[in-house]
Amino acid sequence: MKRLSSFRRNRVAGPILIVAALFTIGTAFGVASALPSSQTSITTGTSTLVSQGKEIFLRGCSSCHGLHAEGGSIAPSLIGVGSASVDFQVGTGRMPMADMSQQAMQKKPLYNPQETAALAAYVASLAPGPSSVTNESLTYERDGNSALGGQLFRTNCAMCHNFAGQGGALTNGKYAPSLMGVEPKIIYEAMITGPQSMPKFTDATITPQQKLSIIKWLQAANHEQNQGGASLGRVGPVTEGLLGWVLGLGLLIGAAVWLAMKAK
Amino acid sequence: MKTSQKAAGATANYVDERTGAAKWLKKNLTKVFPDHWSFMLGEVALYSFIILLLTGTFLTFWFDPSQREVIYNGSYTPLSGLHMSAAYDSTLRLSFDVRGGLLMRQIHHWSALIFMSAIVAHLFRVFFTGAFRKPREFNWLIGVGLLTFGIVEGFLGYSLPDDLLSGTGIRIAEAILQAIPVVGSYLSFFAFGGAFPGTAFIPRIFIVHVLLLPGLFLALITIHLMLVWYQKHTQYPGPGRTEKNVVGYPLMPVYMAKAGGFFFVVFGVTAFLGAVASINPIWLVGPYTPGQISAGSQPDWYMGWLDGLVRAAPPIETHAFGHTISWNILIPGLIIPGILFTGMALYPFIESWFTGDKREHHLLDRPRNAPNRTALGVTSIVFILITIVNGGNDIIATHFHLTINGIMWFTRVGLFVLPPIAFVITKRVCLSLQRSDRDLVLHGRETGRLVMMPNGEMVEVHEPLSDAKKWTLTQHQRPEALPAPLPASALVGLKGKLRARMNKAHATQIPAPTLTDLKELGEGHH
Repeated sequence: MKRLSSFRRNRVAGPILIVAALFTIGTAFGVASALPSSQTSITTGTSTLVSQGKEIFLRGCSSCHGLHAEGGSIAPSLIGVGSASVDFQVGTGRMPMADMSQQAMQKKPLYNPQETAALAAYVASLAPGPSSVTNESLTYERDGNSALGGQLFRTNCAMCHNFAGQGGALTNGKYAPSLMGVEPKIIYEAMITGPQSMPKFTDATITPQQKLSIIKWLQAANHEQNQGGASLGRVGPVTEGLLGWVLGLGLLIGAAVWLAMKAK
Repeated sequence: MKTSQKAAGATANYVDERTGAAKWLKKNLTKVFPDHWSFMLGEVALYSFIILLLTGTFLTFWFDPSQREVIYNGSYTPLSGLHMSAAYDSTLRLSFDVRGGLLMRQIHHWSALIFMSAIVAHLFRVFFTGAFRKPREFNWLIGVGLLTFGIVEGFLGYSLPDDLLSGTGIRIAEAILQAIPVVGSYLSFFAFGGAFPGTAFIPRIFIVHVLLLPGLFLALITIHLMLVWYQKHTQYPGPGRTEKNVVGYPLMPVYMAKAGGFFFVVFGVTAFLGAVASINPIWLVGPYTPGQISAGSQPDWYMGWLDGLVRAAPPIETHAFGHTISWNILIPGLIIPGILFTGMALYPFIESWFTGDKREHHLLDRPRNAPNRTALGVTSIVFILITIVNGGNDIIATHFHLTINGIMWFTRVGLFVLPPIAFVITKRVCLSLQRSDRDLVLHGRETGRLVMMPNGEMVEVHEPLSDAKKWTLTQHQRPEALPAPLPASALVGLKGKLRARMNKAHATQIPAPTLTDLKELGEGHH
């Protein structure tokens, strides 16, 4: 008892107590949030979908985007962004953001497809905007022209995403992600909504059919064989120069050392 | 004598009676060359040049250096029906429709990269060992010329296929040309036969790439080698090696076999790279149109430093008397490279100016024994490395999750801060290595064997070095033994003071072990 009372007066008692309290609360929160969160059972039907979407929105998005999706100092308004935007941002895990870094990163989606659809329906109900699409509705194989798509890609997209769709750097740590292995509908939705640093390509700038051509070319680029051997990342001369020095000259110096050694 | 021997003798005699070759061959085939792996770096460059000539000739059989517009209908379907230049079209055909064409293209390009890196590695060897000293200053100048022309030649080759990357590179070259004050735009119109891109440029650079510069290379390489032959090769110091002899092996048969074999090793490594690793996949990059550009557009590595300098430059422009001067291009694109290459070319003369050393040198310096020169070399390498990193800043940013602005600021500050730090560190490392040499000579090699003395003391056994090794470690001349210390009259004024300072800095050395040192050791001060 005496020891406890003397410890209470110790200088470090305060800080230790705070750390202990934070630890307890943090652990409790972690355990609580790890419990299965999908208690909302989703049923179909537009009006219920909208209200379910609103419920998810209020729980998961409103702290940044505002109670009525009107936006705030740290997040834009979502009125008029349409369901395509929600399908892109939430469907690829970019939203909700994990942290306020330069740019929302693609990660494992937090909401399942039904929840995403509900959110999209709610946001679409606020004001008209670009609608989400499905992979099946994009008939790029039938209607696209790969060579034309490549030309459009190099004119409109390659400046950020690289000539082979490998992605590239933007200012201040932002980046254009790699387009390899990205679903057709995600590419289409990105073009019509212009997420983050990307410009919006309306149907007047690039027609829907041209968009299908771009997707067709990208799908072909995905499956492009490495005609000349190892691709070295398809990022141009940086990796080529590195390999030339390390492997090319490296092997030759090795051979030179070997040849000079034999002479002894 | 067998008939075959008789026939060979008769043939040799027939040739000798008409050319007098026997006497010349007898003298030159027995010429002795010293042996060291670092002497083979220049050989790599030479052999790469031969590979470039052979593969390049193959490529000219199909390449059409024309900017005439054609519609592609070759076998690479993702580009079918696109408008492109005949140059790009013929490169695609060369890659996909000519048997072995892609392999030849790739060997040619890999060989170009290895050619340039071998030249640079050879330059490092010559610089750090002091091989450029009298009487080899001219050969140093020829080497600097070969490096410079190599950069230009490589850039022109990269520009020829007229793909998106080529065109971007030419566009930047045009910008650098235009940045020359007053005459820049006239020069640009002259080079392109009008406005960029025009239709004249690729045919023009094709002739420069396949005729003018290779001819120049052949001439310069010939002089380079003739001078090596005439002046004899330098050698590393060692027992029996002096400024007046060359210790090594004769050309025939040792170097004939070695050099001949090494050529095939170089060809093999280059062909291996060409076979397994894609280089400049122009079909992915697409044809050039001035309205397009790709993220991560880079030059080949030997231009990377120039690109990195330009990328680091802040946007400064001035407008005066109706002329715009783009300092952001002029300084990094022309002035700094000019200073770097002039300084490199003049270095042998500068060094002999401030050391006052006008003697001939055939024994190489070990880099640690010339701390100031070694530190200067490392300083330059650090400077260039930073610029090369900045040249690839976009690729580095995406692959290492860094910000491109962060890399740019690192470069802007680092270019001024890191080279001096590298200088100090290198110089200290060199002096420490000299100290360790001195310890080795005086105390011998630490064997790691501990011996317990009768009184309980533990002593590590040191093994004395062989006399040969001792000689190698101590033979180098100390700067204070330079023949003509600078006369006092040469050291007045600003120039004289600079000379005296550089002389002093260059003379920093750890003193050689003396007789007194050895005697003290002998008396048991271990």
